Amino acid sequence: MIYINSFLFAGAICLLGQLILDNTKLTAGHITSIFVVVGAFLDTFSIYDQIINYVGAGALVPITSFGHSLIHGALDKASDMGIMGLLMGMFDLTASGITAAIVFTFFFSLFFRPKN
Amino acid sequence: MKILGMGEFMEKKKYQEIVSQHKPTETRAQNAFIAFVTGGIVGVIGQLLTEFYVSFFDIATKDATTFMLVTLIFLASLFTALGFFDKWVTFCKCGLIIPITGFAHSMTSAGIEYRKEGPIFGLGSNIFKLAGSVILYGVVSAWFFGLLRLIIMGG
Repeated sequence: MIYINSFLFAGAICLLGQLILDNTKLTAGHITSIFVVVGAFLDTFSIYDQIINYVGAGALVPITSFGHSLIHGALDKASDMGIMGLLMGMFDLTASGITAAIVFTFFFSLFFRPKN
Repeated sequence: MKILGMGEFMEKKKYQEIVSQHKPTETRAQNAFIAFVTGGIVGVIGQLLTEFYVSFFDIATKDATTFMLVTLIFLASLFTALGFFDKWVTFCKCGLIIPITGFAHSMTSAGIEYRKEGPIFGLGSNIFKLAGSVILYGVVSAWFFGLLRLIIMGG
């Protein structure tokens, strides 16, 4: 069941993105930025956490979960440290993804050449 | 430059009109469908990987999620570096751009493209050329919404 939910939710987000891309002048950069903000907004009142409970990785794979992870880490730290915690915990949960992307990109850029 | 005769011109115009009437809606529906299916498949792959890591390494779902995201980022980066991920993205469009694979793809393709301009002003300055906006607006909005929640709900 969670596989079907994953498929439907991740698919629906991508479908929405594609519809915005094809029917407006917004570029892929605009859409991913908007989706991150939407993800952060949805987690402000813990809505995104509920979605993750229902659909599993389907909600964690789209870029909306990046916004969710940012604010989630920030709020976790803020519960201990108050308002400074927002700054301290911002990258707590997304650090692995960003670090991995930077490291892989660095080494692949050294070893591979552009194809065209 | 070749000057078109009136008849030929009209014919071309008519042809263009017919093309523009039929092509966009069809390709839009097709694009949307492909994005839905491929995006969904990425979601299912994520779920499969998560459950595989949970049972294989005997770790909590939360940690397995991190492993899964790093795996997807690694694959997207590698496939971009090998050159065939661009074709997949052209075909799937938002089906691969919206998932975390799009984030890794934008970083690696920028890195490889600007590598030839040097390690500092090429690779270093341009690695976040496309992914930077995601981080910028993500951090600013997460900070702002987090502040709102602290003020309204006290944490």
